[in-house]
Amino acid sequence: MSNALDVAAIKAQFPLLQRELNGAPLVYLDSANTSQKPQSVIDTMTHFMQESYAPINRSAYQLAAEATDLYEGARSKVRRFINAKRDHEVIFTKNATEALNLVAYSWGRANLERGDVVVLTEMEHHANIVPWHMLVQEKGIILRWLPLSPDGQLDLSTLPELLDGAKVLSFTAMSNVLGTITPVQRLCEAAHEVGAIAIVDGCQYVPHNVTDVQAWGADFLAFSSHKMCGPSGVGVLWGREELLRAMPPFLGGGNMIADVRFDGFTCADIPAKFEAGTPPITDVVGLGAAVDFLQGLGMANVRQHEIDVASYAMRTLTERFADDIQLHGPTNVEVRGATFSFGFRDIHPHDLSQVLDQRNVCVRAGHHCAKPLMRLLGVNATARASFYLYNDHADVDALAEALDGATDIFGS
Amino acid sequence: MPGLEDLYREIILDHHRNPRNRGELPPPASHAVGHNPLCGDEIDVFLEVDGGIVSDVKVGGQGCSISQSSASMMSQAIKGKPVEEVRALVRRFKGMMSIPDEDGNPIEPDPAVKLGDLEALQGVVKFPVRIKCATLAWNTLLEALEQV
Repeated sequence: MSNALDVAAIKAQFPLLQRELNGAPLVYLDSANTSQKPQSVIDTMTHFMQESYAPINRSAYQLAAEATDLYEGARSKVRRFINAKRDHEVIFTKNATEALNLVAYSWGRANLERGDVVVLTEMEHHANIVPWHMLVQEKGIILRWLPLSPDGQLDLSTLPELLDGAKVLSFTAMSNVLGTITPVQRLCEAAHEVGAIAIVDGCQYVPHNVTDVQAWGADFLAFSSHKMCGPSGVGVLWGREELLRAMPPFLGGGNMIADVRFDGFTCADIPAKFEAGTPPITDVVGLGAAVDFLQGLGMANVRQHEIDVASYAMRTLTERFADDIQLHGPTNVEVRGATFSFGFRDIHPHDLSQVLDQRNVCVRAGHHCAKPLMRLLGVNATARASFYLYNDHADVDALAEALDGATDIFGS
Repeated sequence: MPGLEDLYREIILDHHRNPRNRGELPPPASHAVGHNPLCGDEIDVFLEVDGGIVSDVKVGGQGCSISQSSASMMSQAIKGKPVEEVRALVRRFKGMMSIPDEDGNPIEPDPAVKLGDLEALQGVVKFPVRIKCATLAWNTLLEALEQV
């Protein structure tokens, strides 16, 4: 068993994980999709709405000042969580998808011309593909793809060639399909050597690992609240302040301006410049509570725990099912998270997840918003079990038991 | 919770294991591709219509047991039928799947339209997430009919 986390005590803090469906406990293995919420996040948000809810940044009364402090306090918490230099480098967006779109739209449109090269990896989520495809259509930029090695890691041998003349390297820190953790610092350095910026999609990485944007030397980082025990409805874009300051605004409206005249407008400074309109105030405060919760556990402990669960899952599933299960992604737990896409006995992932659901085992089935990678793997879809800080060996065992049941219906 | 036996009836699993009318038809047969954006499933429907009759139909693509068996049963049910009867069958099937008509009203079952084996898919309604799987082939069929 893992000693890094007291999973029973953690589980007890998640009300939803206490729920029974059809008289049996839930086995929630879909945290790469979205995570469950601890009581502290729920209480913080409830308390905020009951006691402190008010507009932020625009009213003089005491209540509004209190709400603003809590909102901005969450920004400081997030800044410390990713070890950014300054609070105003942290921009709250609707989600990570919007954060990546913001960079492509604002930085990309201002800095990329026809023929400019953007390098992506073959295992990106659609959110780090489609915004760039849109710039291909609009501006005629060129996309290059960093390939994968057979074990699902990035094949860095072609990186210098691909980066030659590139303006952007945008990549995931951890694949939502394969679980692969990428060498972020090395990739950032490689990008900077050719004068390109490095954009990190941290959706899958940040909730599970110690994040240090300064050690990475990254230029932008996008991630979402809802995958790290916080509420949905808010994402984060972190960017280096000189880049953010030089970028044109994204959405126009209230809060993002210093002045508006009949003949034009002047932008506010960051972060307000990129936070047009009333933000998801309660959700941001909830994200702050999620950061507190994670800091309380210690992200190094979370990572250690997940290495243990990932090892146990790989061992259990391969020992028990041998060739009947095809686990995608690296086998070395040092370079992977606890997210496993798999095929099982030629049973379609949809059918498989339906059968697992009979035992309350919640896994995702589908293309995981990574269709180019799916084509590369030669599949239309996979099932995916993803483990988090509230999952333990018993959840792995429950998955294995439920997989056994699938054979009864579809045969072997 | 409804049991899996409601979903995976033997006749469905049979069509899944041994899909009927699998393959392609060369042009000028009409061809439509249906996607289920949620799961990545794809279905190809090839259709030959002669004198208002569906003279041949083939189905291709990949998908789960529900989408594949629905396509297989559909192909059997429409082969040799007049296009008008095929359209009525699509309507009847969608009604069984609790899908409303264009105006958002429930589709009343037309007793003149026989579902035959397709009735086995009735249990899908108890698993709302899977309705899209069952109807994928039928929506693709409608697209193929538009091209005729």
